[in-house]
Order: sequence, then C-alpha cells, then structure tokens
Amino acid sequence: MEYSILILILPLISFLLLALAGNRMPHKVAGTIGTLSLLAATVTAYIVAGSYFGAGRNADGVFAEVMPYCITWLPLNETLSIDMGILLSPISAMMLIVITTVSLMVHIYSLGYMKGERGFQRYYAFLSLFTFSMLGLVVATNIFQMYIFWELVGVSSYLLIGFYYTKPAAIAASKKAFIVTRYADLFFLIGILIYGYYAGTFSFTPQSSMLVAAGGMVPLALLLMFIGGAGKSAMFPLHIWLPDAMEGPTPVSALIHAATMVVAGVFLVGRMFPLFIEYAPDVLRIIAYTGAFTALYAAIVACVQTDIKRVLAFSTISQIAFMMVSLGVCTSADPHEGGLGYMASMFHLFTHAMFKGLLFLGAGSIIHAVHSNEKSRMGGLWRYMPITHITFLIACLAIAGIPPFSGFFSKDEILVACYNFSTPMGIFMSVVAGMTAFYMFRLYYLIFWGKSHYKEQLALYNSGNLDHEPHKPHEAPITMTLPLIILAAITCVAGFIPFGEYISSNGHAYTIHLNTAVATSSVLIAISGILIATIMYSRGNSHITRFVNIVMRGPIKAAMHRFYIDEVWLFFTKKVIFNCISRPIAWFDRHIIDGSLDLIAKLTQRFATIVRPLQSGNVQSYCIYFLSGALAIVLILLYMNDF
Amino acid sequence: MNYIQFFEMRPEASLIGIYLVIFLYDLFTTGHNRHYFHPFVCLSTLLLTFLTLSDRSSMTLFGGMYESNAMIVFMKAILAFGSMLVILQSHKWLRDKNTFYKQGEFYILLLSTLVGMYFMLSARHFLLLFVGVELASLPLACLVAFDKYRHNSAEAGIKYILTSMFSSAIMLYGISFLYGTTGTLYFEDMGALITGSPIQIFALVMFFAGLGFKISLVPFHMWTADSYQGAPTAVTAYMSVVSKGAAVFTLFIVLIKVFGSMVSEWQTIIYIVTIASITLANLMALKQRYLKRFMAFSSISQAGYIMLAVIGGKSMGMTAMVFYIMVYMVANMAVFAIIETIEWKIKGAVRRETCNGLYKTNPRLTLMMTLALFSLAGIPPFAGFFSKFFVFMSAFDAGFWLLVFIALVNTVISLYYYLLIVKAMYMEPNDNPVPTIKSSRYIRVELAICVAGIILMGICSFIYTGIDSISFGM
Repeated sequence: MEYSILILILPLISFLLLALAGNRMPHKVAGTIGTLSLLAATVTAYIVAGSYFGAGRNADGVFAEVMPYCITWLPLNETLSIDMGILLSPISAMMLIVITTVSLMVHIYSLGYMKGERGFQRYYAFLSLFTFSMLGLVVATNIFQMYIFWELVGVSSYLLIGFYYTKPAAIAASKKAFIVTRYADLFFLIGILIYGYYAGTFSFTPQSSMLVAAGGMVPLALLLMFIGGAGKSAMFPLHIWLPDAMEGPTPVSALIHAATMVVAGVFLVGRMFPLFIEYAPDVLRIIAYTGAFTALYAAIVACVQTDIKRVLAFSTISQIAFMMVSLGVCTSADPHEGGLGYMASMFHLFTHAMFKGLLFLGAGSIIHAVHSNEKSRMGGLWRYMPITHITFLIACLAIAGIPPFSGFFSKDEILVACYNFSTPMGIFMSVVAGMTAFYMFRLYYLIFWGKSHYKEQLALYNSGNLDHEPHKPHEAPITMTLPLIILAAITCVAGFIPFGEYISSNGHAYTIHLNTAVATSSVLIAISGILIATIMYSRGNSHITRFVNIVMRGPIKAAMHRFYIDEVWLFFTKKVIFNCISRPIAWFDRHIIDGSLDLIAKLTQRFATIVRPLQSGNVQSYCIYFLSGALAIVLILLYMNDF
Repeated sequence: MNYIQFFEMRPEASLIGIYLVIFLYDLFTTGHNRHYFHPFVCLSTLLLTFLTLSDRSSMTLFGGMYESNAMIVFMKAILAFGSMLVILQSHKWLRDKNTFYKQGEFYILLLSTLVGMYFMLSARHFLLLFVGVELASLPLACLVAFDKYRHNSAEAGIKYILTSMFSSAIMLYGISFLYGTTGTLYFEDMGALITGSPIQIFALVMFFAGLGFKISLVPFHMWTADSYQGAPTAVTAYMSVVSKGAAVFTLFIVLIKVFGSMVSEWQTIIYIVTIASITLANLMALKQRYLKRFMAFSSISQAGYIMLAVIGGKSMGMTAMVFYIMVYMVANMAVFAIIETIEWKIKGAVRRETCNGLYKTNPRLTLMMTLALFSLAGIPPFAGFFSKFFVFMSAFDAGFWLLVFIALVNTVISLYYYLLIVKAMYMEPNDNPVPTIKSSRYIRVELAICVAGIILMGICSFIYTGIDSISFGM
C-alpha cells in the first residue's frame, strides 16, 4: 500500500511541471505529459483498490480502514491534532477508481476537443491540479484534511470554469460558482470547528466516548457539514451555480460537474454516515427531504431547457439529489434493516459518474460538430455521428433506468430503499425517475432525430437564400470517440458488479437482489416516460419516425378516439403543464432563487455606496467620529453594567 | 540606579547601536559610497533581527518597568524583519532624485519608530508605554509626508499627525483616570487595584481608542484610507503591517495584565469593534478604485480578524495573533511591493483598471499577486487560511460563536473583492496593459521571501507549534 502515495504525487508533479514550464512546451508534449501521468495514476489506483479489496475482510467480516500514511501535522492540544495522510476505506477506494477513470477519459478526450485552443498547456495544468485535489479529498484521513482539499477543489474548479477567460459569461460563472460554494463552505468550517471543539477530534470515526462527551453538539455539527456538502453537490437552493458553470469547456463539465466534484457532498455524508446514523437521524431526514425536493425541482426545470448542457446540468442536480435521498432514508446501519440506501447511494454515485460523464462527453462531441449548444441547431444528427449517437443512446437508457444498463440497477436499489422508508417517498421518487426518462429522451430525440438543421440550411443554400455553405456535421476524431466507447462499455456492464459485496452501510457483505415489484414498476414508469417523449418529440421527417408511423398506422387509425385523447393530452402537457408549471418554475429558478442571491450582492453593493460618503476626507469629522464612537462604546458598557 | 541594566535590554541596545551606525554613515559618506548605503541598511536590519533574537531569557528591569521574554523577543524580531522588507521595497523609490539625498532620513525615521515599538512591547509601566507609542507615531508622520512635493503625501501627513495627536490625547486622558483611581502606573499593581468602576470603564475605552487608532479599528479608522493612499507605498506597507502588529500585541498585553478583572467589558468592546471593522471595511472596500485605498480597507478588516485572537485572551489567542501577524505581513508586503513596482512603471497611482490584462505582460508578477490575495482571502492551502482558522479557533474557544459566524460571512464578501482584482488581472480585456516590468533585485528578494512565506507558513506546522511553545503563560 505504500505506493498509494503515487496516486496523489503523479498529478501534482504533472501540475507543477505544466504550470511552471508549460508555456515553453508544444501542445502535444503538454497533453502527453498530463495524460500519461494520469494514466500512471489510474493504473496505481486500480492496483491499490484491487489489493485493498483483494486483501479480504478482517475478523469482524468488514474491510478494515487502512492508513498507509499519516503524519501528525499540527497538534492543537492533548487530544486534538490535525493529521495529514492517506486513508483507504471501501468508499474511498471506489472513489479513487471513479475519479481516475473519468479523469483519464477526460484527459484523452481533451486532446481532441481542446486541440489548438489557446492556453492548452494551462488547461492541462488545471486538470491535473483538479484531479490531485479531488483525489486528496477522498483519501483524507480526517475532516480537516478533507476541508483543505475541498477548498482546493473549489479553487481549481474556479480556474477551469473560467478557462475561456475572454468570455464574460464564463468569468461571471466561475466567480459565482466559487462564491456560492465558498458561502456553503463557511457552514462546513463552522461545523468542523464545533465538531473539533466539542468532540475533541477531527477523525471520521472517533471513539464513541468522545462523541458522547460532545452530546447535543454532534447533530448541529453534522447539519452544518451537510450544508457545506449541499453547496458543492448543488442541493436546492444552493444549486444555482451549477447550470451557469456550464460555460466552462465541456470536458471540464464532464469531469467536475458530473462525476467528481459535485458528488463530494454525497461522499462527505457517506463518509460521516456512521455518525449520522447514530447521533443525528433527524439530520438524515432533513437530507432526505431536501434531496427529494431538489430531485423533483431539477427534473421539472430540465424539461424545458433548450441548451443541451443545461439539460444535463439540471439532470445532474436531480441525480445527485437521488443519491442524497438514498442516504437520507437510511434508518439503521444494517443493510437488511433500513440501511440499504447507503449502498444504493454509493452504487448510483459510481454508475452515474460513468454514464453522466459519457453524456457530457457526447454532448461535447455534438457541440464540437455543430458549433452550438442550442438544440435548434441540432436534429437528425444520428446519420452523421454514428458512434456518438449509439453511446449517447446507451447513456440515456442507463439514466432512464432501462435494464440491463447500469443505471437501472443502482436506481432500482435507491427506489427500494425509498419504499422501505415510506411508500409516499417511494412513489414520489419513482415519479421523478419517470420524469428523468422523459426529459432525457426529449433531449435525445431533439438532437439525433427530427429535422436536420444541416439539411435545411443546405436546402436554403442550394436555393440561393444563404450566402455561405453550411458546415456539415462530422463524427469526432478517435481521441474523442475512444473515451465515449470505453465509458459506454462500462455503462453496459457496471450494473452487474456485485456492489454490495464491497460496500455496504455496516461493512458486511450484502447481496443485491432485485425487488421484482419495484423493478417492474420502475421500468414501466421509465418506458412510459420514454414513450411520451417519443410521441411528443420524435415526429419529424427522419426515416425512422416515418418508419414507425407506417408500422403504427393501423393501430393509430383503429384508435382514432385515442388519438384524439392523445391530442388532448398533448395539449394538456404542452400548453398546461409546460406553460403553467415547468416554465414558471424555470423562471422562478432564474429570477427568484438566482435573483435573491444577486439581490444580496446588489444590496451589499448598495450599502457600500451608502457608507462611502462617511469617508469625506475632512479631519474634523474624523475626530468627531472617533470621539462619538468611543463615547458610544462607553455608554453601551455602562448600560450593560446596570443589568 | 544601575546603569548596566541598559545593556541588558539587548534588542533595544542593538537597535540603537545600529541606528547610530546608520546615522554616522549618513553623515560621513559622500559620492560613490552612497550607493552602498541601501544594501548596508538592509543587511543591518537583518542583523538586527538576529541580534534581537539572540537573548530569549525572561527578565524584568528598572523595578518592573521593562519586561522581556521569549514571546516579546520573537515579536520584536518579526517587527525588525518586517522593517527589513519595507526597506527592501523602498529601494527604487529612494533612488529617485527627490529622495536620494535624504534617504538617510528615511532609515533613521523608520528605525526611530521601531525603537518606539520595541518599548511598547516591553513596557510594563504606562509612562514607558506612552513614550513608546509617541515615539512610534511622530516619526511616522514625517514618513507619511516624506514625498512632500507630492500634494497627497503632505496632506496625508497632516491628517495623520492631527488624528494621531487627537488619539494620543484621548489615550493620555484615559491613563490619567487610571492613575487617579489606582494611584500607580505599574501594570502589575494597577491590575490588582482595578475594580471595574464606571470611571475605569471610561478609562478603558479611552485607552482602547488610543491603540485602536494605531490598529485602525472602526470607529477609530477614519484616517487610514487618506493616509494610506497619500503616503509613499513603502510607508503604507510599514504602517499597515509593522505598526499595526506592534499595537495589537501591546493591546493584548495591557488588556490581560491591567484590565484582567474587566474581561467582560473589554470583550464587549472588542465584540462591537470587530464586527464594525470587518463589516464596514468590507463594504467600503467593494467600491474602491484605487488599489492603495482598497488595501487600506482590506487592512482594516484584517485588523478586525486579528482582534478575534485578542478576544479570547488566552495563550491560544496569543499564538493565533502572532501567527496571524506574520502571515498577514508576508501577504500584505507582497501586495504592496507589487503595487509599488507597477506605480514606478506607470508613474502614477494604481487603479483597479490599471491591472486589467496584467497577466499578458507580467505573468509572474500576476501570479504572485494572486497568491498574496488568495492568502489574504484565506483560501487553503495558503498560509492565510491557517492564520484565519487559528483566530477563529481561539474566538470559538472563548465561546464567541456568533462573532465567528459573522467573521466567516465576511470572508466570503472579502473573497469577492479580492477576486475583483484577480479577475481584472487575468480576464479583463485591455488593449495596452502595463508593459512588462523588470523589477529591481531588492524587490525580487522581497517577493521571494513573501511568496515563500505565503506557501510555507501554511505547510510547515512547526512555525505554529514553535510560537505556541513560547506563548504559554502570557
């Protein structure tokens, strides 16, 4: 296990090398250094995780936590000290695999996607820095070390989102992301302070006597820590930074805003899970309800977005909320007795990282082909981009929860956990899952099916109504399609990993068994979501739709009345639900939730303008303020003394 | 009177010795040798730092008027080192034709204030304390007005001296009340006699106001912006770091030793003043266009954070405070050094817009500025994060939750305005940014020290533990 340190050192060296000497390197060299060092780190991570799980369970039947490195960095008093080191636990080993895999894919993908961009070396330097900090976060030995890397992750994501520094929107977004998450982090820091002060330790797994001594303070500390996690994991109402953060380069979104950084909050709750379950079950309920609300909210908003990356952003928020809900509905540490959610959450974290990374990378490949984020510029792309199309479809099926793709298995476990908690919660989350299927397939159809924007433009050009020949969409180069294929392959098989064997809430092996009732109903809901999307969005001039229409002509004609009902239903959904519910909520999100934070910023600015004239430059008035300030303090003190 | 006692005050004795040597050098050298003056002074102050550190034993002299121990000596060394950084920074400015002929005056005035600060730290008697405070203030007024042909500088000097006089008078007024009620000026005796009567509350506030002026806490801060902006940049750096550090340390000692029985009173004062300082200064900083003025408000809010360490009043607070001062010193010095370099290039005051697009022409300078600003904003893994963390810890330890929370909210606001500058440097478009600057060797040394400090002080935990080991029993 001693070589586990390499996982951290390799990206760090790559960062230092690229940051200090990157400008003098040709693009190819910089890209190769970044990718190769990460490849080495990935291999090491796989070996470390393999040997960790390969070492087997200890006498208690659990995978013991291993600490290959731990130095006391700063002793604060007799019991409290800040340590730095590496700690391996089942979930951190899993996170190592997730982070290195997705990061490696993004590194390879970026070789093609960012080709010829200005600041290519800088981009790879930041990627390495980000990967380093994220890896440091998951192997942290204690909550304080985690916080340091947590902030470092924030800094590097700030740098990456603002990478296109000539774009004002990107700069604004990067700053927003940084400040909103920092705002949440201050609760995290207070939580750590309370925890450290009352429990006298920063450890994730302290002795229970220390926690008993801390008494009622532990739930408060955990709640504050969760708020920090909610900021990074984009829980309502702190989610506002994530959609804007899509201004960054698309591979960055795949890495940061799909697979790694945004799940840090889930990881945090997962890491502190034993404490939550034992000392703060109420906080877990708060997490569950916040998560459930966020899941629904984001799913509704996702239904009406027209920017492909924004749909994915809201979908990410919704899916992370699924993971949070899953953690929140746990009622005991035993997976057989209400602790299933923990395993389900981590499972979903794993599968989601892969398929959401795939979706983002696929989106990047599409944007690369049509040079726009707007869906109106797409349509009918399946013909031009076969690999992207197939892999994107696989990811859509996975996120919708269709077997045998990975998302089905993990989402099913989450739903089972929700039903175990309470039936309303289960039904609620099933509905949201159905909506997921709907908006993902809406996206899918609008991109790949329907009228081809290119063809329309070409027709215009040929008839002389357009001055320039439209750009023909083309499949991406191999550096970009290879990661898509790999991630799609993982998505196809990841569901069959016996996840419960490695990770469960109490560490004992847990065999995943499908709950037939839940599985069937969730698949049915997903299929109906997909069907609705098919009915609403797949109609176009594409051959496949026409083919479907021809085949379906008989049933359609035979059921004219149903068709009529269908129209009513369409009217209802399109006009009523969309215009009266989804759009207002999307508007609410843009203007009220987002606006209220802007308002705070504006008020601060305004107040700043009000207090400025105090600084007049007049010495006499300075002395007046000086004296009256002092006298005011005297009065306050005398007044307080009277009580 | 045992005159040998004068030589037992090793830090003061060596400071005055070096002071005299520099004075003589100034008097007797002409022509070519003048060029060695500046490096000579730099080395002398470095030597002073080591000489100050050489005697760390605990002692009291002059019947208890003067005290020295490891912590005080360490703090004095920090101040001496800070002065050296200021002198390094002033190199180019002192070679200007308006200042070259009087550079000796600059060194001597600077070292005089340092003598005053040394006595402030060691004083255990109000008379000695007051003399120290005055000695640290009056020459500073001359320094602020050093560029007398620049309109701003003279104005800033006048403003400084007037408000400084005012605050000294108020402080003296407070001290006289203390003398009146207790009949002694020795800290130790006075501490035993203070009961917390209304008149002593009045005295406490007056005394606090006097030192609060030097620390530039709200509402005693009004002079700060004008003086910082008008003063030569090196002097601004000196005021914002060295002078402030000495005053905070002194305040801490007096509050503990003299007003020990009025803990709840002075905690209330600090509570009010800290919230006011941090919040108001942050709000003011948002709107500033001139970088030096902006840094003035930044330094007011940083002073508020330092007060978080004072409010707990334990040895933990002492450690946190000294560590904070060190970290703040390197970060602030770096910022001012960079401002000074840019000032010399563009021959005028640095506005925020001046920094637009600086990254394209001066990438390394920009990077260092970014590190320093991130450290000031308290972002890990830079030293500024740890220093903030420790002061929060100590305030938290004393039970001031709400205060810590307000301070934390303010760190987010401060991050916003520090990022404004970072954004300007990297991201704002600018057709003709400041041309590439070739900074002098002295500034480079200074920046190297500062950047090393910003990065290493966070990582090397032994610095904190080292301070912690000597702060015991303060």
